[in-house]
This record gives sequence, structure tokens and C-alpha cells, in this order.
Amino acid sequence: MSLIFKKRTLDNMELEVIAYGIARDILGHPHLKLVVATPLTVAALLEELKSRYPAFRELASLAIAVNASYATPEQVIVAGDEVVIIPPVAGG
Amino acid sequence: MKITVELLDTPLSTAVCQPALANEGAGGIVWFVGTVRNQTEGRTVRRLEFEAYTPMALAELRKIGEQACARWPVQKMVIHHRIGTLAIGDIAVIIGVACPHRAEAFAACQFAIDTLKQTVPIWKKEFFDDGAVWVAAHP
Repeated sequence: MSLIFKKRTLDNMELEVIAYGIARDILGHPHLKLVVATPLTVAALLEELKSRYPAFRELASLAIAVNASYATPEQVIVAGDEVVIIPPVAGG
Repeated sequence: MKITVELLDTPLSTAVCQPALANEGAGGIVWFVGTVRNQTEGRTVRRLEFEAYTPMALAELRKIGEQACARWPVQKMVIHHRIGTLAIGDIAVIIGVACPHRAEAFAACQFAIDTLKQTVPIWKKEFFDDGAVWVAAHP
């Protein structure tokens, strides 16, 4: 069953995901609004993103930052968190 | 301040970074200056653009400085990274490290640039005559 539901209920929440670089190009927009089942882990969010946008599977890596820190796969995202998709970085 | 990190949308220079390394106990200062190359795998690069997730990029840069200080006797470290549109030859990043001796300054500086390329949320898009590519996005 998909994590994404059209209507809000007690066991889901609205989530806005921010995207940079090639992740923004893949979404076609710098923000993605989702209604997701709770509790939502980082691993589940990544899987949902890859399933909705298969181009994410082609990337060299894909991470999620929660509140400006790299998140672990088992970390649970809660309402109000700042959630950012981190495609492969290339500073320097 | 022991560690100084900045993201700037204006040209970088070591002269601007230098005061952040002022330390009378330093015996060696090592600089890494990363510049925009004119070609990638044989294709001519016209310009590039850097974008950053600013609050996290600053936090990750500071973390690199803290890790370097934990591993080597770093007295001062400065990292300036450019964002926005850059032309060929422009400076993309400057890392300066001041230590009592040169060997640890070289090691800490190498660690800092290698780690920066792996962890700091900054993205680079290279523009060619016939298109543009997000660097390192695909395996």
C-alpha cells in the first residue's frame, strides 16, 4: 500500500519536502507537498520518493536531511521537521 | 575564533581569508585553492553554478573544522566556499590551515577538502555549449 493518501486522517500528516540540485529538476519544483502515513521513517520516505520518481534510483546516492543534519534510515520524521532531499553533493 | 566558515556569492581571495589564520604559534600555513577548470572529460566548460543548502552547508563545514582540530594540532582553520555563477578560472573554494608544523597542516587541509567534497550540501552544475550537467549526480 502506498504511503501517500489524498485525505488527512488521524494517522497521517502533511509534509513538505525541499529539493536542491538535480533533485529539484526531478521533482520539477523546489517543494513537494505530501500527506504521509505516520510514523514515517526516512527509509520509507526515500522509498516513496523513488517509487513516485524513478529517476531518483539512477542517482549515485540519495540522502535525507532533517533539520539541517543528515538523517539515519530509521529516523522518524515528525510534523514541523525541515526535510530536505540531498542528491549527490559536488562542492569544491 | 578557531574555525571560520563562510559561503559567499562574491569573488574569493586568500587575502580576505588570511586574518582568520592569525596566530603567533603557527609554523606552517597550508592553503588549498580550488578553481574552475575549462574542460571536463574533453568537453569545454563555459561556466558553472554552485548552489547550497545554506544552514546545513555551514554546519557541515564547521563540523569538518572540528574534526580536523580533533585529529591534528590545528590552531586556526578558514573555509570560504563560493556560490552562484562562476567563470573559468574563478576560485570555487579556499581552505587555509595553520598548525605548529607543516606536516599536520598539509594533512588537515587535505582531509578538509576531501571531506568537503563528500559531505557538504553544495551542488555544482557545469554548462557546456550543448547543455548542462549536475556534477557527480550519476554513477
